[in-house]
Amino acid sequence: MKKLAGALFAAAFAGMASTAGYAADTIKIAFIDPLSGPFAATGNQGLAQYKFAADELVNKNGGVLGKNFEIVAFDNKISPKESLIQLQVAIDQGIRFIAQGNSSGVANALTDAINKHNRRNPDKQVLFLNYSAVDPALTNKKCNFWHFRFDANADIKMDALTDVIAKNQDIKKVYLIGQDYSFGKAVAAAAVKFLGDKRPDIEIVGNELHPIGKVKDFTPYARKIMSSGADAMITGNWGADMVGLGKAVLSAGFKKPIYTYYAAADGITKTFGADGKGALKLVGEGQLNPPVSDRAKAYAMAFKEKNPNVDIGQPRITNVIEMLARAINDAGSDTDMVKIAYALEGMEHDSIWGSKIKMRTDDHQAIQNVHILAHTDENVTHDFDNSGFGLVAETTVEMASADSATTCKMKRPKS
Amino acid sequence: MSTMEQTSTRSGATAGSVLPALVPWAAAALLLIALPFVFQTGSSLTIMNQMAITIIFALSYNMLLGQGGMLSFGHAVYMGLGGFFCVHIMNWVEYDELYLPLPLLPLFGGLFGLFFAVLIGSFSTRRAGTVFAMISLGVGELIAACSIIIVAFFGGEEGVSGDRTMGPEFAGLDFASQQEVYYLTAAWLLLSAAAMYLFSRTPIGRIANAVRDNEERAEFLGYSQRHVRFISFCASGFFAGIAGGLFAINYEILTEENLNLVTSGGILLMAFLGGVGFFIGPIIGAIVFTLLQTVLGLYTEIWALYVGVLFVLTVMFFPAGLTGLLAIHIQPIRTGKIGYLYAPYAKMFLPVIAFILSAAAVLEILFHARHAGVGEEEMTLFWFTFNSQSAMPLIVALAILAGSFYLLRRFAPELREAWDEASHVESRR
Amino acid sequence: MSLVLVNLLDGLVTGLLLFMLCSGLTLIFSMMGVLNFAHASFYMLGAYFAYQISTFVGFWPGLILAPIIVGVAGALVERYGLRRVHKYGHVPELIFTFGLALLIEEIVQFFWGKSHMAFEAPDILDFAAFSIAGNAFPAYKVFMIFIAIGIFLVLLYILTKTRVGMVIQAALSYPETVQNLGHNVPLVFMGVFGVGTALAGVAGVIAGPVLGTFPGMAVVLGSIVFVTIVIGGLGSLWGALFASLIIGWLQTFAAAYNVGMADLLTAIGFEKPIDLSESAVRDLWTLTLPQVGPILPYLLMVLVLAFRPQGLFGKRET
Repeated sequence: MKKLAGALFAAAFAGMASTAGYAADTIKIAFIDPLSGPFAATGNQGLAQYKFAADELVNKNGGVLGKNFEIVAFDNKISPKESLIQLQVAIDQGIRFIAQGNSSGVANALTDAINKHNRRNPDKQVLFLNYSAVDPALTNKKCNFWHFRFDANADIKMDALTDVIAKNQDIKKVYLIGQDYSFGKAVAAAAVKFLGDKRPDIEIVGNELHPIGKVKDFTPYARKIMSSGADAMITGNWGADMVGLGKAVLSAGFKKPIYTYYAAADGITKTFGADGKGALKLVGEGQLNPPVSDRAKAYAMAFKEKNPNVDIGQPRITNVIEMLARAINDAGSDTDMVKIAYALEGMEHDSIWGSKIKMRTDDHQAIQNVHILAHTDENVTHDFDNSGFGLVAETTVEMASADSATTCKMKRPKS
Repeated sequence: MSTMEQTSTRSGATAGSVLPALVPWAAAALLLIALPFVFQTGSSLTIMNQMAITIIFALSYNMLLGQGGMLSFGHAVYMGLGGFFCVHIMNWVEYDELYLPLPLLPLFGGLFGLFFAVLIGSFSTRRAGTVFAMISLGVGELIAACSIIIVAFFGGEEGVSGDRTMGPEFAGLDFASQQEVYYLTAAWLLLSAAAMYLFSRTPIGRIANAVRDNEERAEFLGYSQRHVRFISFCASGFFAGIAGGLFAINYEILTEENLNLVTSGGILLMAFLGGVGFFIGPIIGAIVFTLLQTVLGLYTEIWALYVGVLFVLTVMFFPAGLTGLLAIHIQPIRTGKIGYLYAPYAKMFLPVIAFILSAAAVLEILFHARHAGVGEEEMTLFWFTFNSQSAMPLIVALAILAGSFYLLRRFAPELREAWDEASHVESRR
Repeated sequence: MSLVLVNLLDGLVTGLLLFMLCSGLTLIFSMMGVLNFAHASFYMLGAYFAYQISTFVGFWPGLILAPIIVGVAGALVERYGLRRVHKYGHVPELIFTFGLALLIEEIVQFFWGKSHMAFEAPDILDFAAFSIAGNAFPAYKVFMIFIAIGIFLVLLYILTKTRVGMVIQAALSYPETVQNLGHNVPLVFMGVFGVGTALAGVAGVIAGPVLGTFPGMAVVLGSIVFVTIVIGGLGSLWGALFASLIIGWLQTFAAAYNVGMADLLTAIGFEKPIDLSESAVRDLWTLTLPQVGPILPYLLMVLVLAFRPQGLFGKRET
């Protein structure tokens, strides 16, 4: 919990005036994500997971190079501008590792700013650990040497999802709907491309975008989906747009699979409850149910015991912590970012959640198993929102999109 | 409205008093030059840059609200559009399609803001009051929504980014360092603030005040109220555009956030907190608000709640804002009666501090008790560490709250009496 | 054709829900001259209170109790907040309600956190009332329609047939005269504000389970409400009803039909460029009706204000 210190000016400016780069006895990771405002639930969930992973997976084992990991939280209020300010504050505090995930818009701003910062300040370079922003551009057109993505990007998830859809001969018509911005468009484009390649007979009966965060009632959309006769729908919606769309579609009587990217945790699982059972599916990495190993089970149990109201909604965070620790260890330094980045790229890692992870050298995109998870209350060891409902792995695509192409042309510094 | 009259009644710079009028400006310039020597780190420069931009934006907003009596819920539009335009120029310069030294960039942002202000002001300034407020809200929502739809200009959700260092060098500077950007921003701040101040002293600026206070009377004097509002609106759009240009230089990225209702509402909060009746009000508001947002946010999750409470209380009890609170002391100081206030103020000081801190403590404890995880019952507040689930800390905080409230109530009549005494001369004149 | 009927019904639900908010807001405005920015926040409070009550005693007591609590809260806000600000003038009043909207959102997050609340429609209404060509129409929405129409009729009765209604009607047009006639206008103000916010509370209770109960629910609906009453004409109950239904249908049909700008442009004789990627107007060609649906009300409002500042049904200028 943060301290409420007394005098504003004293605290603020004393802190700022002190020069950066003081000898640190911990390795600090700046967590820059929304901790207040409408997306705070997701931000706080990520923060709890980072703190737990750092303690459980690194600090309890003696740390790295004799130092512990310390997660320092910065509230970016999901604003790109505020994120850039917090990035500067973090850098001034001598922090060299930046973790961020919520909103590809913020990630785009950060990766750009970090790239410029590292070019302009070669003595204070920082690494960007993107654990959640899945806009494909970040590891394609906009890639850079300092950015590493630990989540499967929107294209990879769609590749895995369409593998599963392609095998399901019951599905003849698919409806695509998403939020009108880069990520929603990326999901739609990938769906059209992959379905066309794998099952040209599937008809895309709807492909539309709705304004993000502005639709109060999704009923008209639900009517369209119903009347299109779709056998399945795919959406990249998140937050209130996911809940609104899902509820409207379900109450209009849609009984077919609803393939989603983000319909779980942070109250969403509880809100859908029994209504979503049998319909809601989610494509993502990290298998909680059924537990892959006793270690995974114990880890999830221990996390729940410490954070009874928070869930492991983003399992990949353990991979970020473990892989970063290994990279620092391999590089033998916690300050030489070039060395650490070279240690991190190409790294292969066995995740606590049972998958192998490979950080692809060409574009710094993690390649890993992607699952189709079902929203259900059967065989759920680790539920979400304490609702009894959770995500159970139905199908697994091993090392999804391992050989997919990238348009990334990375400029590498000399090591 | 009585709160807004101060601007017009304060004496301006007449020919004989040019020199004394320049003193505050020279002091401000010296302060701006000296600040980076005190606060040297990148983040303090970033925050000072942010403040400078916000000040220009808030001053331009106050040309509408404070000086013209127009309540706008969509002022971010003009700053945002100016900023977007500047990023595009930055990119054209990078690809050698245009030659423009970076320091001149904000001027073009201003012209673009002006262009849109002319366009929209042509129909929105016909009426003041609620009609104007609603049109500004509608236009604000429209343009914010367009920013997601029209990707070619606004870049969609991820916005448009550029690189300020890719242009031609200006006097050997490439503006890669925060410090160079700071001095560029500070220079524009001084220039725009002075220009806006001078605008408020011109006949048209004065008549804007008259229109604000009484439309009909101004009309009888032969001034078209609509024309006057239109001119103020355009000038305001121009300076908002300059702020947008500086934003583009500082952050090198503009997104939908620069146009939306949150930003427009924020600038209203700032201007009002600082005091819309004074030229310096929005400046103080912008500084205090930026500090609140950036610094308070570091220490507490519920910073926005405090800002909300502060704002509502300001509207209710000090509609003249923070500056108004300071300004009411000028009269007693002039008449030498400020002495009457020392004793009651000294008496009130500790209870007021205790009241604010204990109220914050109650909120923090409640919030922590409700939202903290298991095993995290411990919380640290004002250097005390305790268990937020137990009743004791809450009782202590509530007791201090009640005690200080009682003391405040007891001392209040004394303060009121002292005030009557201190401001007595004025009423006899 | 059957889809048109379904959309008509859906639009009716949206429109009537909007009307429940607008009726209170427009009454408050016509009495006090205040455009209450925080009106949608009271709607949100209604949903949250009802959710909290429903966790203890179920949905139905919440439907009665939550609006009462909201109404009392509204009356207190008027008595201790708005009345104080009133003497500074209309602009500070507007600013006060704007600040209040922010504050209420923060207070809701303070107590309930930021996640979605699992606020469910009562089981007794959890079935499809009927279905048109495979489109289920939930019983809960039928219930919403009846509640809204009921409220409209009661309101109409009170305003036109009762003594209180006469005073309010009179105060709409001649506030000073009513005051001079010895009526306690401040008390009427407080009552109208309380009832207006309670109506918003009712809307919140019945909308919460359908549209979701979360801290952003006020913002999503917020400005649309003013837009509606501005279009309808400030102070006009019939105008509010008319504008609410228009906007309900406008939004429903805009979302329901994928009319593209490309079709429109081709229809009036433009030729679609083959390569769109570099064209500055490329976004114009890919624009569809559902994309612009949510901003149509704002466009309508700006047009109405520019050409008929008193709104469609309004008599007085704002």
